[in-house]
Amino acid sequence: MSESFDILVVGAGPAGIAAAVAASAAGKRVGLVDDNPAPGGQIWRRGGSQPAVAHNWLTKLEATPLVRLYGWRVFDFPRPGTLRAESNSDCRDLCFEKLILATGARERFLPFPGWTLPNVMGAGGLEALVRGGLPINRKRVLVAGTGPLLVAVAAHLARHGAVIVALCEQAPLRRFIPFAASLLSEPAKLLQGIEYAMATLGTSFYTDCWPIAAIGTDKLESVRLQRKGKQWEVHCDYLACGYHLVPNLELPALIGCRIEDGFVMTDELQRTSAPDVFCAGEPTGIGGVELALLEGQIAGLAAAGETEKAGQLARRRSSRLGFVRALQAATRLDERLKGLATDTTLVCRCEDVPFEALREHTSWREAKLQTRCGMGPCQGRICGVATEFLFGWGPALPSTIRPPVFPARVSSLGIPGDGDCAGESITAAAISADVQKEPL
Amino acid sequence: MPELVPSLSLKVNGVLLTVTPGTTVAAAILMTGSSTRRSVIGESRGPLCAMGVCFECQVIIDGTPHQRSCQILCVEGMDVRTS
Repeated sequence: MSESFDILVVGAGPAGIAAAVAASAAGKRVGLVDDNPAPGGQIWRRGGSQPAVAHNWLTKLEATPLVRLYGWRVFDFPRPGTLRAESNSDCRDLCFEKLILATGARERFLPFPGWTLPNVMGAGGLEALVRGGLPINRKRVLVAGTGPLLVAVAAHLARHGAVIVALCEQAPLRRFIPFAASLLSEPAKLLQGIEYAMATLGTSFYTDCWPIAAIGTDKLESVRLQRKGKQWEVHCDYLACGYHLVPNLELPALIGCRIEDGFVMTDELQRTSAPDVFCAGEPTGIGGVELALLEGQIAGLAAAGETEKAGQLARRRSSRLGFVRALQAATRLDERLKGLATDTTLVCRCEDVPFEALREHTSWREAKLQTRCGMGPCQGRICGVATEFLFGWGPALPSTIRPPVFPARVSSLGIPGDGDCAGESITAAAISADVQKEPL
Repeated sequence: MPELVPSLSLKVNGVLLTVTPGTTVAAAILMTGSSTRRSVIGESRGPLCAMGVCFECQVIIDGTPHQRSCQILCVEGMDVRTS
């Protein structure tokens, strides 16, 4: 079965929502597809408190006429102008004139002894689970890694009754000074920062500090921390640990968008190098919600042909790029983090490939072929990012991308794909007409 | 009169559990103290990313294997099995 859209938006986080609302307001037939059961992306996940900006955009989205495909995963780009997606029970070809990629970002995880124990999870990961109903009241949580997300997560969990035993940021304090300076030109972000700091008051905050081991038998019991040569152990129920964010580039890479230094290249109207394909939000550079909303609107307007309006917003966008650079510098990983994994530490969690099996290899491709690293269901989304940092191998993407970019059912892979969209639609309509003609 | 809190019931490894609507299957599994899967070498695993990327939370839901429990909301009468 297939559906056709003037503009198809992939990803219903802030960038995708803004793009879909802007494109629909310009009179286009818009489809919005997202893997999650509800819109909002990772940052505006439902459950618990939401900032006013999230409420405003989600309300706007609800009132917007468009085709909502929530709970649908895009896994293939069978031909120009078509993406293939599946839900838990169905598979469809989504045909488009213009495509806007707003695929968002995920947390970066670094392997260390014990990181595969249950209850060691991402910082955003634990917040998502709490928003998804996990009780956290009176649980002891250690928050660690790098980036502004840690403070936001600690504040959110504390508000739900968690005892934040410590917040450990890998960067030294001096690295955050230029970042703080960039915040001064962003009053909204500064206010957020103060709010977070207040909520986490009373929690030990360490810079230049990270977990070196998670300890437990069947699940996490304690975490060993290191700071400036000192080591100590902290008992906790959960370790929420993420090393900032990396963009989801699988789909842009499959479509052939030019990627440089780990991000999708776009022009001032969010156009990628692939014809009729736009990109907005974190895949173009990790810049947070405000920038994502702006880029989404630019992409939505530009894709709808409202070039002049898009151009006006594009000028506002360029003033915010300093924040992206400051954030990138502030969250640069300490080289010593490369020494966390021991020989037996698993690097690929899907296929259980240890560090010692990977060390001798010289590229991601070679490691995949020889060790099965990155060959499991996550397709290297976790270990590919880690090995890029650990071994300095070139980026896993775009060179090794191929469909399906998500594990898909055999029946989804086997649907006929020769005809164009219009042809398939007619076929589907003809079949249903035939069925109706059948006597009962 | 006590306020009625909406709730739904499901089974995780045969154990009946009551949760509020909007609860993800991954959160429900953690509430029971269970892990989600056994790894290739037999380690217990639980959710890592909770956003559908890492596949550590895959479980069997109503007989269908390989379901990412962090992306699926609990439904009345659901039968969840971890491996």
